[in-house]
Amino acid sequence: MAKTHVTMKVNGAEVEGLVEPRTLLVHFIRENLQMTGTHIGCETTHCGACTVDIDGMSVKSCTMFAVQAQGSDITTVEGMANADGTLSALQEGFRMMHGLQCGFCTPGMIVRAHRLLKENPSPSEQEIRMGISGNICRCTGYQNIVKAIQYAAAKINGVEFREAAE
Amino acid sequence: MNDLTPTREQRTAALEGMGCKRKRVEDIRFTQGKGNYVDDVKLPGMLHGDFVRSPHPHARVKKIDDSAALKVPGVLAVITAETLKTVNLAWMPTLAGDVQMVLADGKVLFQNQEVAFVVATDRYAADDGINAVIVEYEPLPPLVDPFKSMDKDAPVLREDLVGKTTGAHGPRKHDNHIFEWTVGDKELTDAAFNKAEVKIKEMISYHRTHPSPLETCQCVCSFDKIKGELTIYGTFQAPHVIRTVVALIAKLPEQKIHVIAPDIGGGFGNKVGAYPGYICAAVASIVTGKPVKWVEDRIENLTATSFARDYHMTTEIAATKDGKVTGLRVHVLADHGAFDACADPSKWPAGFFNIVTGSYDFPTAHLAVDGVYTNKAPGGVAYRCSFRVTEAAYCIERAMDILAQKLNMDPAELRLKNFIKPEQFPYHSALGWEYDSGDYHTAMRKMMETTGYAALRKEQAEKRAAFARGETREIMGLGVSFFTEIVGAGPSKNCDILGIAMFDSCEIRMHPTGAGIARMGTKSQGQGHETTWAQIIATEIGIPADNIMVEEGNTDTAPYGLGTYGSRSTPVAGAAIAMAARKIKAKAQMIAAYKLEVHEDDLEFDIDGFRVKGLPEKFMSMKDICWAAYNSVPPGMEPGLEAVSYYDPPNMTYPFGAYLCVMDIDVDTGVYKVRRFYALDDCGTRINPMIIEGQVHGGLTEAFAIAMGQEIRYDDVGNVVTGSFMDFFMPTAVETPHWETDFTVTPSPHHPIGAKGVGESPNVGGVPAFSNAVNDAFSFLGSTHIQMPHDFWRNWKAAKDLGAVA
Repeated sequence: MAKTHVTMKVNGAEVEGLVEPRTLLVHFIRENLQMTGTHIGCETTHCGACTVDIDGMSVKSCTMFAVQAQGSDITTVEGMANADGTLSALQEGFRMMHGLQCGFCTPGMIVRAHRLLKENPSPSEQEIRMGISGNICRCTGYQNIVKAIQYAAAKINGVEFREAAE
Repeated sequence: MNDLTPTREQRTAALEGMGCKRKRVEDIRFTQGKGNYVDDVKLPGMLHGDFVRSPHPHARVKKIDDSAALKVPGVLAVITAETLKTVNLAWMPTLAGDVQMVLADGKVLFQNQEVAFVVATDRYAADDGINAVIVEYEPLPPLVDPFKSMDKDAPVLREDLVGKTTGAHGPRKHDNHIFEWTVGDKELTDAAFNKAEVKIKEMISYHRTHPSPLETCQCVCSFDKIKGELTIYGTFQAPHVIRTVVALIAKLPEQKIHVIAPDIGGGFGNKVGAYPGYICAAVASIVTGKPVKWVEDRIENLTATSFARDYHMTTEIAATKDGKVTGLRVHVLADHGAFDACADPSKWPAGFFNIVTGSYDFPTAHLAVDGVYTNKAPGGVAYRCSFRVTEAAYCIERAMDILAQKLNMDPAELRLKNFIKPEQFPYHSALGWEYDSGDYHTAMRKMMETTGYAALRKEQAEKRAAFARGETREIMGLGVSFFTEIVGAGPSKNCDILGIAMFDSCEIRMHPTGAGIARMGTKSQGQGHETTWAQIIATEIGIPADNIMVEEGNTDTAPYGLGTYGSRSTPVAGAAIAMAARKIKAKAQMIAAYKLEVHEDDLEFDIDGFRVKGLPEKFMSMKDICWAAYNSVPPGMEPGLEAVSYYDPPNMTYPFGAYLCVMDIDVDTGVYKVRRFYALDDCGTRINPMIIEGQVHGGLTEAFAIAMGQEIRYDDVGNVVTGSFMDFFMPTAVETPHWETDFTVTPSPHHPIGAKGVGESPNVGGVPAFSNAVNDAFSFLGSTHIQMPHDFWRNWKAAKDLGAVA
């Protein structure tokens, strides 16, 4: 099948590649760019393991063609750490609050939570639960993911994190 | 000693040993997208394989035409059963003693069965190839209802077994019959029922569902023709077993098979067995001389690899009129689908279902299980439970509630009256198990006090009265569940897989600088082994957990183990770690005695080193002992500091717990709300409370999903109607309730550190708690049992059937 040339910005770097028109963005990221942090869990836009940030929106990259991302600015989980390489507030929150187990949904969760906190820097528990409802986790039961995001929100806002009582 | 000398508390804390909420070491890579899962493995020249699957649940395969497919750009080969027959791999053995088609051999027996394997340069070309393969089918009548499988005129599914009157587990009664398994004293049990004052009988179904980890099953197989070596990267919960199975069926020398299970994105029982994809990828690599990757998609995962449950349990309890149980009789019809691919220890065709007497002192019991074939996907895996234990727990916990209703007794009171008493342990159950330890009354009372159980019952009575007066359309249910699990398979005297005893193993090597590596026969799929195993070693030998690296999943470097499933890692491998660590400690003591110039009996272990008794200043740290092990060991002693342990457990472990679910249901819509869920777990000694709590949260969420909607459902002509996340219930953060966790600690008396395992308890105990809550809510309207899953529609229908909705 004839290939198309695409260019886009991924985690701050200009990238390019030759793809078939039908090549999914997630495959372009994983196979062409060899950035395997973005995962595939369902191929039907339900699970959110493939979530990346495109031009300021959370997008499930398993149901978008690479050619549709032409010229866009993409951030994946590999672009989530602080500039000095240390864990970001969200990454730290997931670790401190035990917000992950097998780690397969984690990249999508963190990328989604990153956008959620940009849109709503101090979300309530219900807002967090609704805000990550496009991302499925099979291991944690979400309770500690909610805490992880609350931890990150507190840290970003410079306030003390108080774990909600059981 | 001065102010800078660390206190005993500081020295203990520095180890981050058992009992501490150590943060996970795995999370550093996982939070940065640097995990290494199977689909992340890329080898030079790697090809992709994918399946042509059957649209029919039952059909004869008349012809497979691959000529057009082979002309598709990028397609290199199409493998069929005929190809596999040349290497004697058209069929493969299952863990349950049956055989299974790798690719359709003359017939297909379930929808989405593997028919041909297309190998191509990339996954898109493989898909093009699949679309170009033309298969001619002759449809046959499908057999969907397990209750009709042994009818005289039922279509015969397994033509390979026609006329065989004996299967892997004894006599067969019908061509669609797999086995009958009976346990217990039938005569004594019948007698108990004959003189019973009160009896209940109910057919309790546990519907078919699926473990569905977020990462599907996948592998990369690479055959090196020059060396004759096969390397398999795969999503394997039991990598060593896979190596041995491959050696046996592919007739390859076992030392030339390298099985590597990298990071695994959840397992929940789905990744124990061997699937056609693994065999086909291996054969494709041998045929093409290149590495071949196979990655299942979600629809394939839900419809073809390993369902769970599908047990239909006719349950009877005999009791006195004041509520003392006198007998239990259960008959199970087990739907295994087209092939018996249950992942049970070899001698246990229905797993450990004979734990069905639960937490109660039944003087006698009898159990019979009939396994049958239907035109459905094969499997019967333990979805986050020990083998068939969650079915058993659901069966008895639902039945106890039905008995309580019949006796007009409170379900908690009925349970307290019939619990095995603390002084009865070790307790020999009527169906043959020896329960190691337990204190059920304490756990139950703690649950009742913490939740304010009596007040909740009072509130329920008031709400029922208000409902009767027409003041509310909401009903309230209290779901009590008190489960006893049986995990830690298992003792070699009764547990093996394909003849290999179910021990587990640990090898520890301490390095000169006081660091070390532990290699294990287990394989984490999210349980956090890299974190917790190091904590056991830290406490046992006094080296900080941070200095211990844990490695799993590489069969070339790890000692042989049976893997991670059935909550067996902590009971079996956890014990192996402690035993290996104690061997290290024993040698360390001899080295310390030599260096401190005392007899080893004059030394005592003190947190992180050895001290001369009575001379506190004469101390040698484990770190220093590690160094000495490499330069100044006692004369005659071999240098080095390493140990290996293969642990054959003397018994299973028996975790237990008391759960309560408080639920409100709107009868007009069927919409339910879990108002409160409390889970008290007793898993013996607690290694990392943070991880235990996380495991409980996750298991409860899976239990919630199963009880309230998650189902693999077939229509009456054999089509799967819940084959994607659109239809298969996957709770999100919005639906998932808030979890309250609690615990008691009753250590296992036979386990070196007293731990029992916890990962599966919440699934086992959670499902009956949810289902009992729904049933309890409806009971006052006249129902005794409503089948799971309890989704909105079924709740509404129950209300309608009971006359509560016009």
